Amino acid sequence: MGVTEDKMKDFPGEVYSDDTGKANFMVTSIDKLANWARSNSLWPLTFGTSCCAIEMMSTASAKYDWSRFGFEVARATPRQADLIIVAGTICKKMAPVLKRLYDQMPNPKYVIAMGACAVSGGPFYYYSYTVVKGVDTIIPVDVYIPGCPPRPEALLEGMIALQTKIKKSRAYVVDSPKKEEK
Amino acid sequence: MSKEELKAYLELTFPTCKFENSIDFPMLIVEKEHFFAIAKQLKEEPATNFDFLFCQTAVDYTTRFEVVYHLTSTQYRHDLVVKVLLEDRENPVTESVYSLWKAAELYENEIFDLFGIRFLNHPNLRRIMLGADWPGYPLRKDYSDEFILTPQS
Amino acid sequence: MEVPNKLIPVEDAPGEFVINVGPQHPSTHGVLRLRVKLDGEQILDIEPHLGYIHRGIEKMSESLGYKQFIYLTSRMDYLSAHMNNQACSLIIEKGLQIEIPERAKVIRLLMIELQRLASHQLWWGSAGLDMGAVSPFFFAFREREQILEIFEETCGTRLTMNYITPGGVMNDLHPTFVKTVKTLIKQFKENIHEYDKLLTGNIIFQKRTQDVGVLSKELAISLGATGPVGRASGISCDVRKLHPYDGYEKLDFKEIVMTKGDSFTRYLVRIEEMKQSMHIIDQLIDNIPEGDCRVKTKAVIRLPEGEYYQRVETARGELGVYIVSDGNKSPYRIKYRTPNFSNLGALQYIAKGSKIGDLVAIMATLDLIIPDIDR
Repeated sequence: MGVTEDKMKDFPGEVYSDDTGKANFMVTSIDKLANWARSNSLWPLTFGTSCCAIEMMSTASAKYDWSRFGFEVARATPRQADLIIVAGTICKKMAPVLKRLYDQMPNPKYVIAMGACAVSGGPFYYYSYTVVKGVDTIIPVDVYIPGCPPRPEALLEGMIALQTKIKKSRAYVVDSPKKEEK
Repeated sequence: MSKEELKAYLELTFPTCKFENSIDFPMLIVEKEHFFAIAKQLKEEPATNFDFLFCQTAVDYTTRFEVVYHLTSTQYRHDLVVKVLLEDRENPVTESVYSLWKAAELYENEIFDLFGIRFLNHPNLRRIMLGADWPGYPLRKDYSDEFILTPQS
Repeated sequence: MEVPNKLIPVEDAPGEFVINVGPQHPSTHGVLRLRVKLDGEQILDIEPHLGYIHRGIEKMSESLGYKQFIYLTSRMDYLSAHMNNQACSLIIEKGLQIEIPERAKVIRLLMIELQRLASHQLWWGSAGLDMGAVSPFFFAFREREQILEIFEETCGTRLTMNYITPGGVMNDLHPTFVKTVKTLIKQFKENIHEYDKLLTGNIIFQKRTQDVGVLSKELAISLGATGPVGRASGISCDVRKLHPYDGYEKLDFKEIVMTKGDSFTRYLVRIEEMKQSMHIIDQLIDNIPEGDCRVKTKAVIRLPEGEYYQRVETARGELGVYIVSDGNKSPYRIKYRTPNFSNLGALQYIAKGSKIGDLVAIMATLDLIIPDIDR
């Protein structure tokens, strides 16, 4: 849509332009509403391969309850989940499965790498012939949580950090925008 | 039977086989050709009755392979280790014991996958863990892979 | 990708098809892929595909020292982490012929029985969750969290402890250990009746598990099934009674053997084992001897040449460690005979003929931990 220079000058929100050079208007209060809604109702996908899955189950149970923060329903199908918490070691045979699950999730989607094995290969970094050295070689990761296994409080801190990250992001700009130089 | 009685009994019954001792169990070393008949006799003879195969594995000594069977009897509670030597490194083949102990099905799949030793008369021999297209056999001593990292590299 | 021959459906059997269960599935307890051949809803054949969590622990251990490979074993069957570490420590102590102090033995047994209790509690919670009952999950974790707090005070972490090492245990007990354990056992003895009310006496659970997945004694012996799976089919295979270690010969406890072999019997065996574990802890907790908690071992251990085998009883069956040593700093070959590997072999035989919904009940009571199968 064509926008004239003087209209952009008086506009109170932030203005971005996409690859065609035309300007997208972005109204910040809708953005804040969308971010608030998204971050407080992230539904995780149940994906645990090894020991970190047990700490994830502990976080889901009554003592360290994660549903206080909005992660209420853990879905078993990727089509209805927003967040995939990769808890456990990823091996070469499992890597295509993980990529397929990630591709099946609808946007907006987020990834938490939980545990040393998902962050970088962990205790299996040296001498192993099948362990993928970190899950960020396969899918893009938003939050890394170190530990072997990380305590449930550490997982909760990682999830709250993800919520903070979402609240500061731009909700409705999908492709990489450039801020208009005035 | 105790460890010494068992060893004496086996020395009488199988005069052609060699014996070794370890801290835990008496060990019977057999040749590949006689192995299945000896295993069948160990299982079906009422005096020994080795009906429980609790571990089957393979070891790669660089000039030969050894397939190691750990047997026990639920009736007499005595244990025995049987070892089969395979000299051929290019194409190691031996007889499967699935018809005697059903536990061997998964053990032999794993040995085939990680060492490359084939078993005849196995119901469904396949590369169960690594997949059919993995190059090489990882647990052999001469396996090398660029993917493996060491602290020196 | 290989297509195994025996599961291709035949043209003149129109109701037959092959489906894939896993690897990402809410109730396979890990990453296990099963190819199931069905005729309508009835299972004709099952073929397990492993390797999705195969980390090569046996090959890795050939490059690590004798004190270093023990940390990898905690991650194999992570719900019996103490037992795995104990198996490796016992085999090294057997090879080096060192004798550990009495205090260390009693501390080891206390930790082992608490671990067995925690493992069975988690099994109970997730067995209920698999069948659709959500409440048992929270009740099980209430008790398990208390045990994990006890572990955290003494051992340092909750799940992968590395506390039991060659020579004894890593450090001494926390000063409040005895008091906390006594409170826990007293509370759990009252709470275990809730477990019976929630699941054991529940008519839905009974109907889903009775006469489902029957494993006969001959088949169990031929398959090498141990642990509660073997004992529910009539084999007396408790390693703590047959080949006692670390002081089990002085304790008074029963071995739970039942004969029926269906899923409900496997469930009952584990509930009774929880009660026996509490009985063992009661005998030990007041009589911890004084003394050192470990003996010094050399910094770099070299086992003498030869072969060694050690068995322990984990929460799921008999774990065996087989080491071939050639006198160097690392083992030449190490093989873990894991209980879940043999129990998985039973799945193909006992699930034939049942419905696909019964498959979940059978897997819940077989209690498989997949990283233990793949190592």
